[in-house]
Amino acid sequence: MKIFARIDRERLLLGLAAPLMAVVAAIIVTALVLLATGKQPFDAFQIMVSYGFKSDSQVYILNRATEYYLAGLAVAIGFRMNLFNIGVEGQYGMAVFFTAIVGGYVNLPGFIEIPLLIITAMLVGAVWAGIAGVLRVKRGVSEVISTIMLNSIAAQGIISYLFQPHRLAHTTDGGNVVQTDNLPKSAWFFTITGNPAAGPIDGFVVVAILAGVAYWFVLSRTRFGFDLRTVGQSESAAEASGVDVKRMIVISMLISGAVAGLVGLPALLNEAHTYGDGIPTGIGFIGIAVALLGRNHPIGIGIGALLWAFLDRTSGWLEFQGYDKEIVGVIQGVIVLCVVIAYEVVRRYGIGRQQRKVGEELAAASVTSHQQEAAA
Amino acid sequence: MQLNGITKRFPGVVANHDIDITVRRGIVHALVGENGAGKSTLMKILYGMQKPDEGTIAIDGEQVTFSNPGDAIARGIGMVHQHFMLADNLTVLENVVLGSEKLHGIGGRARARIKEISDAYGLGVRPDALVEDLGVADRQRVEILKVLYRGARTLILDEPTAVLVPQEVDALFDNLRGLKAEGLTVIFISHKLGEVLSVADEITVIRRGTTVGSADPRTTTTKQLAELMVGSELPSPETSESTVTDVAMLTVDGLRLTAPDPDGVARVVLDDITFTIHQGEVLGVAGVEGNGQAELVEAIMGMRVPDAGVLTLAGADISRTPTRKRRVAGIGYIPEDRHRHGLLLEAPLWENRILGHVTEKPNSKGALLDPAAVRRDTQRIVTEYDVRTPGIDVTAASLSGGNQQKLIVGREMSHHPKLLIAAHPTRGVDVGAQAQIWDQIREARREGLAVLLISADLDELIGLSDTLRVMYRGRLVADADPATITPEELGSAMTGASSGHLEHEPSAAEGGEDR
Repeated sequence: MKIFARIDRERLLLGLAAPLMAVVAAIIVTALVLLATGKQPFDAFQIMVSYGFKSDSQVYILNRATEYYLAGLAVAIGFRMNLFNIGVEGQYGMAVFFTAIVGGYVNLPGFIEIPLLIITAMLVGAVWAGIAGVLRVKRGVSEVISTIMLNSIAAQGIISYLFQPHRLAHTTDGGNVVQTDNLPKSAWFFTITGNPAAGPIDGFVVVAILAGVAYWFVLSRTRFGFDLRTVGQSESAAEASGVDVKRMIVISMLISGAVAGLVGLPALLNEAHTYGDGIPTGIGFIGIAVALLGRNHPIGIGIGALLWAFLDRTSGWLEFQGYDKEIVGVIQGVIVLCVVIAYEVVRRYGIGRQQRKVGEELAAASVTSHQQEAAA
Repeated sequence: MQLNGITKRFPGVVANHDIDITVRRGIVHALVGENGAGKSTLMKILYGMQKPDEGTIAIDGEQVTFSNPGDAIARGIGMVHQHFMLADNLTVLENVVLGSEKLHGIGGRARARIKEISDAYGLGVRPDALVEDLGVADRQRVEILKVLYRGARTLILDEPTAVLVPQEVDALFDNLRGLKAEGLTVIFISHKLGEVLSVADEITVIRRGTTVGSADPRTTTTKQLAELMVGSELPSPETSESTVTDVAMLTVDGLRLTAPDPDGVARVVLDDITFTIHQGEVLGVAGVEGNGQAELVEAIMGMRVPDAGVLTLAGADISRTPTRKRRVAGIGYIPEDRHRHGLLLEAPLWENRILGHVTEKPNSKGALLDPAAVRRDTQRIVTEYDVRTPGIDVTAASLSGGNQQKLIVGREMSHHPKLLIAAHPTRGVDVGAQAQIWDQIREARREGLAVLLISADLDELIGLSDTLRVMYRGRLVADADPATITPEELGSAMTGASSGHLEHEPSAAEGGEDR
């Protein structure tokens, strides 16, 4: 029994080692960059920490992290299948746009309206991701290529065509602002206000947490999740074990897209209540970094999302204090780079170490049994 | 080369102790021992991957210490690993020069040198072929060439025949004799005793981490060698009384499969395959690898869609049934390539116990997994099938090949299959595990299991099977009675030289009618 406990503890330590190494390496590299530009690195870090932990910063960070977390989950579902869904960006863009349109047309009681809008977002996201899945299965098109192209088709094609004053949007504020019809009050998602000075926390954080729990449960506790992980680990073994790999690719792209569909909803249902300037872009790509950083683990992705939001929040303040705000971009870039390297290093080290240990345990066992035989 | 008193300790264990070996120049020296006897550790020491705690290595009388493989290569020692280390998408030339660009560049000079080595030792390597287009035997020759290219005068070959069929083994041995004739030294690690006796000039036997003796291949029999190696008698694959019933379990009728070859042209890989396996019967299929055996297995498993033909399992037509349903209906599968088709190498043993049977008890209840029950059952399999592991949470990759295979056999047998497809069930498995796997197949056969056995080990095929068929170019061209047939007679049918019903003393009237 002792052996199991030790191996498990080791696995945990190894699991934590990689992201820690990455963050530490990122801090060192950033410090060197700051030194090279003639600034005191520790002052900058000090400013980031003290500003990042103010209460209004905390609320901001939590709200951004909610979006990053959902995007990270969507990417992680693909990663667990060995699929690289770069299209979360386009999927949530399409989803939030069409949800805003539907929300602007329909005015129902909240308990129907909100679920309707959430389902709409998930459906649109799923369809947009499903196209890539079907292309991959039917035509062998790499999902990396197709999702990147679908991102452009969504943003520069469909949305920019429809999102114009005489089509699905209108202008307000004397013709300066283009937006879709406002969502009815019944479509506003609840917020949590602890400290009025810090601002409200998006209620969607609850949805994000539920999504994380569902992700964990489905992957590690259900037959479907096992099949999905099997395909991710070895497509050939999955096929031999009876998984319909092609069907699985389409299904997992659909699920990944459905989760991606949720990414834009905190901004839409909790904050802007209309599609326009208030809807952020670029979260899909942040999701890739966050999923990498969190090692596709539901808690890890959460930590990654919070770290990313923290860095985003503090970058603006750094500029205010006379630093280059690009320094945060350097930190983020170095973290992602280091994480990828550190995971591979730690993974190989872990496999080698375990093989060696198992060999030693077995050799030890056989020596003792021979000694016992000899003694008997 | 001389090794004296080599001892290697890992914390708490001694992997090698007091190993003494002397290898003379210009001979083939075989090192035999069961898996886990300490051969690999010794080779790693010799190749500089590990340092001995005690003992000395001397080359040409000069004492040396290796701290990494680079030192060993500098001393003219090269290693051909069991698992090839080639980049598939590069050419042979590129693979050979990779990492040794300084020796002869990467262009014409390197090509000339490769041709020169290839011709000198009869390796027949084409420098511009893509590695992914090469067969296993060709890849192995590329590996050998790679080592020679780096100037090795002593070659260590780790289990080189594990992946080869008899004809390829013969070709390899011719190559080795060629190397020897040129004055090179070959250290050949194996546990296949017949091969060792046929190629080696000197034999050293290792058991439980130490050298237990040496043997002269001219005067030693395989049996004596085996007893030296395992310290007891060698198991035999022979089955006793027949348990064949007349209840058909699997019927294959007119199976035909085409698949595109590398040029994109559809080729017939299975042609009019018809056979029946009854309850309690082991049907053995002999054949040189690549004659359609793998495709036959995949067609029965539902991993390939045949162009024509009907499959019937226990009276039910399964021709169009998906793989998972076939497995649930009672097909057990011991795949030819366990790393690709039978295991999730980076997953723990208990998850591997679920693989292929996720819908069945005790793995799941409804749509949910039942980890507690799976873990209990994995523990049971580990105990009953003697899987040597410190626990069920270690990854499958950390077990030896034999123990991985025992886990697979245990998993498949735990679901009480009606039909077991066993493709090379004892390939790369040590003698002890081999005997266990044979026992399990025999026992299941007594209880009415039907077995489709595909193997390159002709002794195994003849020993275990109730009926034998020979596969050649996608067709079943011959059948034989395992009670009377000899491996040589079977071998000639495998090359297409004879067909029809093979008799022990073939008369002139036979052969030819099926061709």
